[in-house]
Order: sequence, then structure tokens, then C-alpha cells
Amino acid sequence: MATGTTGPAGGTGTNAPGRARIQARHLRTDRWWLSPAVTVAILSAFIVYSTWRAFANDDYFAEPYVSPFYSPCLASKCDSMPMSANAPLFGDWWGMSPALLILIFPLGFRLTCYYYRKAYYRGFWASPSACAVPEPRGKYTGETRFPLIMQNIHRYFFYFAAVVAVILSWDVLIAFRDEHGAWGHMGLGTLVLLANVLLIWAYTLSCHSCRHIVGGKLKHFSEHPVRYRFWGFVSRLNGRHMELAWASLFSVALADLYVYLVASNAFDDPRFF
Amino acid sequence: MSYKADFRIWRGDVDGGELRDFKVEVNEGEVVLDIIHRLQATQAPDLAVRWNCKAGKCGSCSAEINGRPRLLCMTRMSTFAPEEVVTVTPMRTFPVIRDLVTDVSFNYAKARQVPSFTPPADLKPGEYRMQQVDVERSQEFRKCIECFLCQNTCHVIRDFEDNKAAFSGPRFLMRIAELDMHPLDVADRQKAAQEEHGLGLCNITKCCTDVCPENIHITDNALIPMKERVADRKYDPLVWLGNKIRRRGSGD
Repeated sequence: MATGTTGPAGGTGTNAPGRARIQARHLRTDRWWLSPAVTVAILSAFIVYSTWRAFANDDYFAEPYVSPFYSPCLASKCDSMPMSANAPLFGDWWGMSPALLILIFPLGFRLTCYYYRKAYYRGFWASPSACAVPEPRGKYTGETRFPLIMQNIHRYFFYFAAVVAVILSWDVLIAFRDEHGAWGHMGLGTLVLLANVLLIWAYTLSCHSCRHIVGGKLKHFSEHPVRYRFWGFVSRLNGRHMELAWASLFSVALADLYVYLVASNAFDDPRFF
Repeated sequence: MSYKADFRIWRGDVDGGELRDFKVEVNEGEVVLDIIHRLQATQAPDLAVRWNCKAGKCGSCSAEINGRPRLLCMTRMSTFAPEEVVTVTPMRTFPVIRDLVTDVSFNYAKARQVPSFTPPADLKPGEYRMQQVDVERSQEFRKCIECFLCQNTCHVIRDFEDNKAAFSGPRFLMRIAELDMHPLDVADRQKAAQEEHGLGLCNITKCCTDVCPENIHITDNALIPMKERVADRKYDPLVWLGNKIRRRGSGD
């Protein structure tokens, strides 16, 4: 029995002139839609949560824990956070949440990240939703025009993200104090922040731009043995970039949620010693 | 274990065609190409299919199976449930010749546009010396069997015929990356990649990597490094300034 009988191709896309004339837009029978759907669901949930927390401007510090959404504080109107790496560069005039000043850097880092680009191009823009599933648009210019040509500044966001990771590492260090500021203590919050910063570092260092900067740009590895070793290390991490992107996204949200719960007295931080 | 499988095969040519249904015997250990050959032997002697090595090394039997670009000879029947209908069509990015055979000359035209290996002018054949560590990165790309499944699945040309003139596709951008990473190649591959071969059109959605039967990390190891090298040249003022001050090129 024959199905889908058609004449010569004369359309666009996979029905462009000369190509095999097949009526179906695609013939995939697997659940190709599942991955982009999950991506959209998780990223949307994160956007909603982080927007709420970024604008909340409250419950982001519970001695000795600082929420990663609010560190460092670049405005004057912040909670008193002893020993935190705050720098009131924006002074008094900034009246909105200080989180908005700092979140732009990790947001830009993830927005221009090569992995997240794949994820949201597929999930949100259907460009394409899945391999061999056609796009729903008639024209495509890729990353050749504004605004998508700005994806090329990913390396600058990497530099800022590395600075933020250093500051978050400091936040973990000062979390080895108790609520009175005495050193040599650890609570569950310390472990939460520590796990988060390890994942943040792994994600940041596994970045494709980092891989290029440390050694990928070289033509002669043999003349730069130290950079070659760095490149090899980053390349191994880079192979897990997708997993690290998701894991660090979850961890940063969970770290903030933990601080929020402790700061709002919804939860008592268990102290180990 | 043998069973009768339901196959739908696209039959036709440039003037039109259709998906035709067949019921055909499948035996344990067989691949889709075996079934196509059995169809030729028993029910459709004029069914056109391009194949050669039947070992996943010649890159001839590229097609689409249940909508996914794959090699017919490397797709085991055991990956399908016995009751599953298996649909086989030609690659949908290239002009069809007949049945499962397409005209892939687009790729040969693009290949000719990539200048070959260009050693320094003062280096004669026989004088080439290089360290293994300097060449091994690009050796991954030489595993390519030119099946053109990556070209077929790339949405830049699959969904937009107009882009074929400006975009060479992942296979040839990978070839450019291979040459750009070669320790003795001195041609300006980065400018060519962006301005002549359409690297900026790639939005790194990784379908080329997903379908590669040789498991070459096309996106992570070729396309993204090339994008970063182009960013050095075109979009990074600090690198540009650094190269000006130190009078150093990108070939160190």
C-alpha cells in the first residue's frame, strides 16, 4: 500500500525543489519533544524562582551564611554581613535589590554559555527542537546578527564568573564560623554552600571559553607544556559541561533556598560542631 | 529468532514519490541494510540504494530511519520492537536521485572551496617536522568517513535551502578546524571560516555530533574552538590589542 503520494517538490525546507517529496514534516517516532520540554520546564522554574528571590531583597543572610544570589553586595543598602566580600561600588543611590547588580554576571555567563545556548535554542526557540525536526520559521541567520552575535562575548562573562566564584569561595570559608563569628564550626549550611561552590567552580572551569583561553588557542602544544596540561584538565571537565551546567544551576538555587529558610526562621540550621 | 517486520520505504524520484509498505523477514543479528537487500531480492528488485562496505566505514548508505539520520548498515534491527513500523527515507537535505539515493554533490562542491594544507613557503616536502602532541588534536577529525549525515541533519541547510550558498556545513567547518589546528598550516583559516564558510550561522545545537557514526565531537572539538578563534580575531578587543602590542599572531 502506498501512502503520502505527492508530485514534484516545490516548497521550502525539506520540501525544497529537488528533494524527496514527503508530506510529513518529520518522521521521528521517538519522544524527541521530551528533552526540550524538560529544558523549558526547568529553566522556566529557575527563572521564576530567581526573579522572585532577586527582587525580594530580604532573608538573604543568616550568620554565617550568605545567599549566592546576594554575594557580593555592591550597594550600600545591604544587611550587615560581617566578613563578607562586599564592595558598595554603587553607593546609596541604588534603591533596588542589590542582587540585581551581581546576578547579571552569572546570568550573562549562563545565557551565552555554549551548552545553555543549545538548550534554549532547542527548548524555547525550536531552532531546532530536535535533530531532523524542522524549524517553524522561514528565515534563519544564526549568530551572525544582533542580538545573537553578542554570544561572542561569552569569554568576558567567563572572566566575571571566575571572580564571582572566588567570592563565593570566600563565603564558604566564612561559613566555617558559628552564628557569633567564632571559627572552627560547621553546620549543614556550610556543606550546602561548599557543595554549591564546588559545582560552580567545576562548571566555570569546564567552560569552552576557558578551554580556549588556557590552551585551546595554541597551535603548538609542545612549546607550552604547562598550558597543555591545563588544557587537558579543562578538556576533561569540558566533557561534563552539560551535567555541570545543570548541577550548578540546581545547587545555586538550593543554596539560596537554604539561606532563605534559615534567615526567615522557617528552619534551624543543624550544627555539626 | 525470525519475524516479519513492517517496513515503509520511500520510492520515487525528483518528480514525486511515496512511502510504500512492505512486510519482510528479519533474522537475528541483522541490520537495516540487510532488510533492504532482502527487499531487493524478493519484492522490489528495482529499489535503489547506495551502499558499499556494510561495515560503517565507507559512508555510502546514509539515509533516514524513523526520521533519524543514520547509516543503514550500522542500525541494528534489534533496536526496534518487532511490532514497530520501520520507515526508511532518503536524506532530506539533498536532492533525490531515486528511492534511497540522493545527490550529495553539494558536499563535493563545498570541499573544493576549502584550500588544501598550506605549509610554510620555505618548507619543502621531506622537511616537515612536528610533535605528536601538536597533531593529535586534529587527528580525531580524520576519522570522518564522509557519510554526510552531519550535513544532512544540520538545520542551517536542512530547513533553509537559501543558506546552502553561504554555509559549508559541519563536515567542512571541521575540515577547516583540522587545518587551523595543524602545526604547519599557515593559511588564514579563521577569516575564511567566518566570512566564506558561514561559521556564524552555526548555533551549536549539536545535531551533527549526535548523528556522527564515528562519534567525532564535531561541536565541542571543532566548531566551538573555531568560534573561539574567530572571536579572538573579530570580537575580542583585548586579544586584538594584546596581539598589536606584542606583535604576535595567533599561530603560537
